[in-house]
Amino acid sequence: MPDPRTAGAADAAAAARIAESAAPAAPHRAEDSQGMRYLESWPRRVVTLYVPLAAFLFVLLFPFYWMGITTFKPNEELLSREGNPFWVQNPTLAHLRKLLFDTSYPEWLWNTMLVAVVATFLSIACSVLAAYAIERLRFQGSRYVGMSIFLAYLVPPSILFIPLAAVIQKLGLFDTRLALILTYPTFLIPFCTWLLMGYFRSIPFELEECALMDGASRWQILTRIVLPLAVPGLISAGIFAFTLSWNEFIYALTFVSSSEVKTVPVGVITELVEGDVYHWGSLMAGALMGSLPVAILYSFFVEYYVSGLTGAVKE
Amino acid sequence: MAGVTIAAVQKWFGGTHVIRGVDIAIDDGEFCVLVGPSGCGKSTLLRMIAGLEEIGEGTIAIGGRVVNDVAPKERDIAMVFQNYALYPHMTVRDNLSFALMLAKQPKQEIAARVARAADILGLKELLDRYPRQLSGGQRQRVAMGRAIVRNPQVFLFDEPLSNLDAKLRVQMRTEIRELHQRLKTTSIYVTHDQIEAMTMADRIVVMRDGLVEQQGAPLELYDTPANTFVAGFIGSPAMNMVPGTVRAGGAVEFEGGVRLPLPADARADEGQRVLFGIRPEHCAPSNEGLPADVVVVEPTGADTQLYCRFGGQDFTAVVRDRTDVAPGERVMLRPDLKRSHLFDASTGRRLAA
Repeated sequence: MPDPRTAGAADAAAAARIAESAAPAAPHRAEDSQGMRYLESWPRRVVTLYVPLAAFLFVLLFPFYWMGITTFKPNEELLSREGNPFWVQNPTLAHLRKLLFDTSYPEWLWNTMLVAVVATFLSIACSVLAAYAIERLRFQGSRYVGMSIFLAYLVPPSILFIPLAAVIQKLGLFDTRLALILTYPTFLIPFCTWLLMGYFRSIPFELEECALMDGASRWQILTRIVLPLAVPGLISAGIFAFTLSWNEFIYALTFVSSSEVKTVPVGVITELVEGDVYHWGSLMAGALMGSLPVAILYSFFVEYYVSGLTGAVKE
Repeated sequence: MAGVTIAAVQKWFGGTHVIRGVDIAIDDGEFCVLVGPSGCGKSTLLRMIAGLEEIGEGTIAIGGRVVNDVAPKERDIAMVFQNYALYPHMTVRDNLSFALMLAKQPKQEIAARVARAADILGLKELLDRYPRQLSGGQRQRVAMGRAIVRNPQVFLFDEPLSNLDAKLRVQMRTEIRELHQRLKTTSIYVTHDQIEAMTMADRIVVMRDGLVEQQGAPLELYDTPANTFVAGFIGSPAMNMVPGTVRAGGAVEFEGGVRLPLPADARADEGQRVLFGIRPEHCAPSNEGLPADVVVVEPTGADTQLYCRFGGQDFTAVVRDRTDVAPGERVMLRPDLKRSHLFDASTGRRLAA
């Protein structure tokens, strides 16, 4: 919140400017008092824009910094009460070596990648069909189906994993990657469907009617008209699904137990914490490397992601 | 090419009866305009012909074939939508060839037909652009081009000009008309603009509340409107309707005791309550007739519109000659009785001999 005193002063200044601009002697000042121009004064920009932004960035990036320095800190420094905790004196690669060669970390990474990619594609494929059907085929009760799909999303995974565990056990999928690939869509599909429904709704109806008269089948309309126009929506749904699968913890913890099928979040926690011994260096190295792929993915598609969430097809 | 026959068609949306029994027979090659106020069912009717809405009752036949249960793509029709509905992710060329591509036409054939359509509509330079790079008029042309390439039996237009500015609208009106004269494809055109209807149509169908009020050639509707609705809808400025009572000796008496003879072709019983219809362009200032108080004078250059009050209601007159009438003055307006109309006050029907 800006200081009320400065705000009052600014109001007075703005009023003075308006008065000035109204005076015929200074017609060229008229534009000064318009709209959000006041944001352009430098001290104001610092207070209203850069200071909050810097605070925000600090809060967001500090964990990454902490992961980074911890990764390269030797154990002596980590446990010492001497020296500067925010810097590394003698960087070491020992934690990384331990992570990569003494644990199955590369395998966990591969598992996470595989599970996340397959679950994402599976979910997007189902969601596209579901969202299109609910939004455009308008079959009887489509609204209720849409509602109930969303309700399914509201059941927390921390409750759902109990019945799902029984299902996985019965299917003989326990301790396999397939168990995760098949259970992740339970929370991915509802959200993706909901997101894509909103996106499909923004595609003008006439385009589809026009394609229908041009002789396209429903499938052709979907693949030739709707999907190309929904690419931003598909990308945001995809990123969302990928991130959730990548970070998923509870299902991965309960449905998988062998080291070679674990995912990164579970592997790091279960194998780098032995009793009350935390291998902080390797833990942080694992966390850092585990978060990089998602960060890179985001940086490529961030514009699509935003436009996908705000919808609207521009003709 | 083919004619379109609409027979006893009805349609309900839930409990709402939107089309209440419509019969229209459109000849092969005819340019038919469906016109009416919004909500009259004209667009619904067009969408039923297109196959985008199911036909509630009755039949629609295209070229003698009943198409009630025929899918839109098999009806051999093309439609131009109000917002053009160009595919935003395709170039103009792809937009034009989309239908032919779906129909699995050979590549050369597609290229030839697209080139011909582009030639007709002056789109040659624009073939590699995307719809967002086109102006309103160009988009409109692409939308028509998309219909032309398919060489369908019937063109359907759903208010295609309403998104254009006034000047372009007039220009495109002429272009569509020219195109029709060139291709001679049966066309059904929906609009709420009676001027579009008058200028473009071979046949106008005036609709209201899901019913056809009157259909016929534009001038037929202008000269002999079947009821007060058509009389008021066709023509601009709208026809004046003055309430009065028929008196003995073939005269109508208006409020204030002013009397006029019955219009030339009218016949009514004595004592009957009637509406006396006079188009603004069919009355002239004179030294006898209806005494009217001028409220506003609007010179348009070619003529002058006088907005007056007569007998407690508005009355408009269009004067061809320059006039020096000023607001506040009283003028005598003499209707041309050969071109005046008489309607029953309660039913609104035309009273003709």
